[in-house]
Amino acid sequence: MVSPDDVEKIANLADIRLSRERLGEFTREFNAILDYFNILDTVREEARERRGEFNIMREDEITASLPQGEVLALPRDAEDGFIRAPRVME
Amino acid sequence: MKAQAAIAGDDPFNAFITRCEGKPAGTGRLAGMMVAVKDNISTCGIPTSCGSKILEGYTPPYNAHVVDLILSEGAVIAGKTNMDEFGMGSSTENSAFGPTKNPADPSRVPGGSSGGSAAAVAAGMVPMALGSDTGGSIRCPAAFCGIVGLKPSYGRVSRYGLVAYANSLEQIGPLAKTVSDVSLLMEVISRYDPRDSTMHDRLFTPRLTGEVKGLRIGVPAEFFGAGVDPAVAGSVREAIGVMEEMGACVVPCSMPSMAYALAAYYVTCTSEASSNLARFDGVRYGASDDIRKPWHDAFREVRAKGFGEEVRRRILLGTFALSAGYYGKYYAKAQAARRNVSGDFARIFRDVDVIAGPTMPTVAFRIGEKTDPLSMYLSDILTVPANLAGIPALSVPCGKVGGLPVGLQIMGKPFEDEQVLDVAYAYEQGVRD
Repeated sequence: MVSPDDVEKIANLADIRLSRERLGEFTREFNAILDYFNILDTVREEARERRGEFNIMREDEITASLPQGEVLALPRDAEDGFIRAPRVME
Repeated sequence: MKAQAAIAGDDPFNAFITRCEGKPAGTGRLAGMMVAVKDNISTCGIPTSCGSKILEGYTPPYNAHVVDLILSEGAVIAGKTNMDEFGMGSSTENSAFGPTKNPADPSRVPGGSSGGSAAAVAAGMVPMALGSDTGGSIRCPAAFCGIVGLKPSYGRVSRYGLVAYANSLEQIGPLAKTVSDVSLLMEVISRYDPRDSTMHDRLFTPRLTGEVKGLRIGVPAEFFGAGVDPAVAGSVREAIGVMEEMGACVVPCSMPSMAYALAAYYVTCTSEASSNLARFDGVRYGASDDIRKPWHDAFREVRAKGFGEEVRRRILLGTFALSAGYYGKYYAKAQAARRNVSGDFARIFRDVDVIAGPTMPTVAFRIGEKTDPLSMYLSDILTVPANLAGIPALSVPCGKVGGLPVGLQIMGKPFEDEQVLDVAYAYEQGVRD
């Protein structure tokens, strides 16, 4: 069982504000879903074949990208090739 | 591509978020054909909202690979279709642009999340449409609206330009009224694209023979188990019987991993969503908040306002499943379960060519009927196994129950999309004659 405080902590980690009123209902639904997820405790995995190690990385080739002008035409708050954002320092 | 003006027109089922002024142009296999595109597939110069307020006003400066491909074959984009926000839902009720209605019965949902694409095809507004399928989002609305929809093998269609929700599960795929139109659109969109690193360079070669003589069809008992409406199950068994009469051999089989496949799916997709959707912060485009506020305050505010309830729920569930202390219990177990699902399919496919069962456990439910999130999740039980294993799966109409369409689901071996289409074609022709 998770508590409303646990859900609020998760919401803060995920950067999503939850109102006090919705917190109770979210917690109830959360617990019903997590309870259903408990079926995963019954999973028994068959022994896995170990695969050899190999390099799956491709060569780092430089390819054309979108023109900066077109991309910076999107934000409302672009200036001199930069995008204005909220304060990072408190 | 020039910006296309959105036009208002008759859209009685609310299938579209944006409609486009189409001008018939070009030559090619889709010359002059109107194609509707799900609103999570990027279209240059045409707003792409994913059914969400958080992307309000966002117009991509580039096309998804599949969009470039259909345009190069002469297709015209009819518009961007309504969907559950970011693909999260099974009814197209979770859209910031209001629910889509089912043309077969407007008091009912069209299924989801590609409900707008399916409704546009079923209502005859377009001959074909593109959708995306993370856990059934093409097959569910195809079944509920009475049309054909294919979720291709994972790696068969480029995801370049598809706004990501759960990358390891989702694929773009075609919807149309007939199997041959689905096959044609699949042939066009499956051309190789190195920009999707999970894509395989494997040419799609359609072969619609309509022949099932000697074909071995696996029928897992679990697809007809608890929760499946007996009338729907009966309709699907009858459809399998038609193929048996045409010379196919029905092989009863069992899929024990179905017991936990749905839980594995929801843990995986919410975990991936919590990471993928972290990028929506309202800084570059879309909904925004006062930038004078500190970063986290502004971020929390804009995400609370911009994301709908189901999206917030899934981000929180995923954040929880990945958090320290719970990772082993949820995420790691879900991945083990996922391997077992793939293992079950591999074992069954050693003995059969395709697997058949119902697409959905019920016919389309009423708009507003499912208010509890878990009951909505449970409706995906028969479609998620194919996404977990990455195999091709298709839904083809097989009769009606209470006047509402039922879908027959056909699943195939990895990369044997052609075979799945051929079996569906045979069934379609078999019931037509």
